[in-house]
Order: sequence, then C-alpha cells, then structure tokens
Amino acid sequence: MDFGPSDEPVALKILIAGGFGVGKTTLVGSISEIRPLRTEEVLSDRGIGIDDVEGVENKTTTTVAMDFGRITIREGLVVYLFGTPGQERFWFMWDELSYGALGAVVLADTRRLTDCFPSIDYFEQRGTPFIVAVNCFDGAEQYEAEEVRVALDLDPEVPVLLCDVRRRTSAKTVLVTLVEHSLRVLTASQP
Amino acid sequence: MTRWMDEEAGPVVRPFALIGGRTRSSGDTLDLVAMVTATGSAPSGGFVPGPEHQRILSLVAVEATSVADIASDLDLPLGVVRVLLGDLKDHKLISIGRASASERILKEVINGLRAL
Repeated sequence: MDFGPSDEPVALKILIAGGFGVGKTTLVGSISEIRPLRTEEVLSDRGIGIDDVEGVENKTTTTVAMDFGRITIREGLVVYLFGTPGQERFWFMWDELSYGALGAVVLADTRRLTDCFPSIDYFEQRGTPFIVAVNCFDGAEQYEAEEVRVALDLDPEVPVLLCDVRRRTSAKTVLVTLVEHSLRVLTASQP
Repeated sequence: MTRWMDEEAGPVVRPFALIGGRTRSSGDTLDLVAMVTATGSAPSGGFVPGPEHQRILSLVAVEATSVADIASDLDLPLGVVRVLLGDLKDHKLISIGRASASERILKEVINGLRAL
C-alpha cells in the first residue's frame, strides 16, 4: 500500500457480516449516514435440470437492497460500511464486496453462534482482516469474549468483543477495534 | 418530466431499458468505492450521452464520487450504473481512481472514528 498525494480522495470499505437478524442493519444505522443502495444482478438459474436446454441459458434478475452507510472522516476521506447479504444465494456478491476491503466486522449472536461460521471461514480464506463482535441481545445468556473465541476456534490475534449495536458509542468501539486490527495486519505485512 | 411522474410513482422506464438490455460492460470490474471524476472532455466519436449519462457527469463534475454513492444518488441499481460508467469510461469522459489505505490514513480514520 502506498502513500498517495494527500489531496487524492480516499474511500475505505468496511464489511459488516453475520447471520440473518444479528443486527447488521442496526449497526450501520447507529454509526453512519444510511444511504439507499440497490443492486440488480443477473443470476443464471441452475435449478432443476428438467427445463434446461443445452446452450440456452435460463436467466433471471433479482434486486437486492443492501445495507450501505457512509462516515465522512474529513473532506476527501470517507469510510463506507456495507452489510453483506445474509442469505446463501447472494454469496456471489461477497467476492466483489470484499475486494480491497479494509476489513470486516463479523457480528455474532450467542444464541445462534454457528450462523457466523460461514463469514469467518470466508474472511479467513480470503485473508481479509476481521474481528468478531458479539451483539448482546436482551434475554440472551451473557458470555465472556474469551468463551466465544474458544467456541468459534478463532486465532489468538483475532479481536473478539462484546457490543450493543443499538448504542452509537458501542458501534464506534467496534469500528475502532477493527481499524486498529487492520492497521496491525498492515504494519505486520510490511518489511 | 411532467409533474405526475414523481418519485412515488416509481421508475417510468425499467432500469435495464436505460442501458438497452446490456448487462455487461467495461464497468463490470469497478469497485464499489472506486472514485469517479469527470475528465471534462467533450463527447466524441459519435457517442451521445443519454440522460442518465448526463446525470452521472454532472454529479462527478462537482467532486469525485464513489460508484456506490452514484448508484445511491441516482437511485439506480449498481449493475445499471456500472454499465453507464463503462460507457463513459470507454469514451474517456470520466477517470476512475482507487487510492489505497496507508498507515497514515488508517491512523487518521481511527482518530476520526473516536471523535464521532
């Protein structure tokens, strides 16, 4: 990574991942200016083979609304938050989302911890710096961050923290923790 | 546009009709946070920018704007915006930059987030 001229606008991308209903939209809304964003993608229908005709692609489009937020640090320096689509059929969007991303927040719910396994696997494989933020839902049993680390079998350098994504200060801590982690990964990769 | 065709009426033209049904272009690989700037060149080679091309051009003439912000501002799906940006890029009406994060920038972001 190089130092560009200081007047060149810089836009950074942070991904918010995790299972369905874990609080991704709430997190984006607590800390950033939410903006409407739609993506309309062409999917090839690889459904039941009975209607498939060789050489003829059976295509359909789908419109997906994305969680998208913007934090202006200063003029010419903006951080964008993108919620990753929770459903498996939108996996195709992950590669383009994660390309060049500064890092990812994997939101976890201790009642459904396994929901965040696919996200963790994905970022581990891609080498995208990530942290795990445990959203503390009312009524859910409280665990220590270290218990969650063991349950998820995370590397010791991956930060794990408890949070309440409804609170702005908590959401702020989550993002700061991620960027600090990304900075450590960046400096460690430099000779 | 006449008055009854307001925002609530929804799009009058289906998004992919705006781009002649195309779903592939040189804009395909544009990163969501790539910054788009107008080059200020005049259209040449017989290319006539359509109304959506014009909207993008007037947006990025003011300041560099990210691909995602353009889609959001124009209220068009990303796939459509990518095709439109591909057209503009092919005709050298826009330039696309992608500044990478340096240590200095990340420290600035950390301080900026703390100060929110």
